[in-house]
Amino acid sequence: MSARAVIIRAGGTNFGSLLAACARLGVAATVSDQATTIRAASHVILPGVGAAAPAMRHLRESGLDRVIAGLRQPLLGICLGMQLLFERLAEGEVDGLGLLPGRVERLPAAPRWPHMGWNTLATTRPHPLLAGIGSADWFYFVHGYAASGAADTIACCVHGQPFAAAVARGQVAGMQFHPEKSAAAGRRALANFFALT
Amino acid sequence: MLARRVIACLDVAAGAVVKGVRFRDHRVVGDIVELARRYASEGVDELVFYDITASPERRCVDAAWVARVACELDIPFCVAGGIRSVADAEAVLAAGADKVSVNSPALARPQLIDELAARFGSQCVVLGIDVDAQGEATSNWRVVANSGRPDAAHDAGRDLLAWVREAERRGAGEIVLNAIRHDGVRAGYALTQLGAVRAATGLPLVASGGAGCIAHFVEVFERGDVDAALAASVFHSGELRIDELKRALAARGIVVRP
Repeated sequence: MSARAVIIRAGGTNFGSLLAACARLGVAATVSDQATTIRAASHVILPGVGAAAPAMRHLRESGLDRVIAGLRQPLLGICLGMQLLFERLAEGEVDGLGLLPGRVERLPAAPRWPHMGWNTLATTRPHPLLAGIGSADWFYFVHGYAASGAADTIACCVHGQPFAAAVARGQVAGMQFHPEKSAAAGRRALANFFALT
Repeated sequence: MLARRVIACLDVAAGAVVKGVRFRDHRVVGDIVELARRYASEGVDELVFYDITASPERRCVDAAWVARVACELDIPFCVAGGIRSVADAEAVLAAGADKVSVNSPALARPQLIDELAARFGSQCVVLGIDVDAQGEATSNWRVVANSGRPDAAHDAGRDLLAWVREAERRGAGEIVLNAIRHDGVRAGYALTQLGAVRAATGLPLVASGGAGCIAHFVEVFERGDVDAALAASVFHSGELRIDELKRALAARGIVVRP
């Protein structure tokens, strides 16, 4: 695979696991907050462990919001990184990057809040990102907020209510689960992303 | 449907995995990465690393082994021990941990939970509670601080259920209930205390302390309605393999990741 991935240093913190996951796939990956480096990548990942408001503030203050909006190569938001792609986030009541239409809302209190653990997906629209992934594959989720009813949902998951587990619109994609923490199924999902052109 | 989780707990002291009985007399049971890798290959859902000496010694977790684990593993893990500030948590999360667990420092300064939740989100913030419970009456359940070192351990002077509710209000995202009297004894989980905590909170609840055989896991999922069951010695000793355990749970109709 000849992908040259850049993981955006966006105030989120989980770079080590993502770098290791890319390395396992034979993908050369670097972490950067420099516009020229990010723009030169074949694939860009917007990671996210953190709360929405500080993450968005960081993107705006650093100008990375405009860099991300201008990308033309495949872009993958992971967990909070996916949520930031939407127009509005209930966590901290902040505007997102607005690359995908829709809102990110707090998941219901029942059966448990937050949604934490391994769950399965139901494909709602066939997409190369989901190649080889079926309803018997398990993915690791750890989040309290989600986009329910997003127009660009390609796979949904149910916890209290259905929500977008994976989204895609043009070259912009998102995974609410952590592919880098989802063992073999996660490796498959990440490999699918790096196969996008 | 969300699967019930099986968690292997690796107590870490001086960079090695150790295990004691009732939190005392620790002996080395193996290398951190080696054990982590073994459990991952057996299908463990999550790992928890407790640096059991960090909090009493007033130092933070060493991030170097956290990074080593993150490079080797592609399953989630949580790190606990001595995390007293947003900066401490950031170092551990930056090294690749998915969650941080706080215990004694949160008892000393509950505001820590609010600060961690504001910075990293509730989903990152686990509250560990060590409870020393005598009998059925909640008035005899003591929340213990610094239980990792017998000479520093003391009664935190808090009501267990009030502390759980306060933690949820402050933004904790998961509760791990460690029953001190059950720890390492392998006579089953503390169903009474777990049931009381389950009724008090809508947060994910992890049972810890007492696992000795498959029946104990079945019992804690079916009767305790916990989201995850954590064990250490029964896995470290090789008496119970995680793949074998998960097959048995699935056969009972408990939803697990195969």
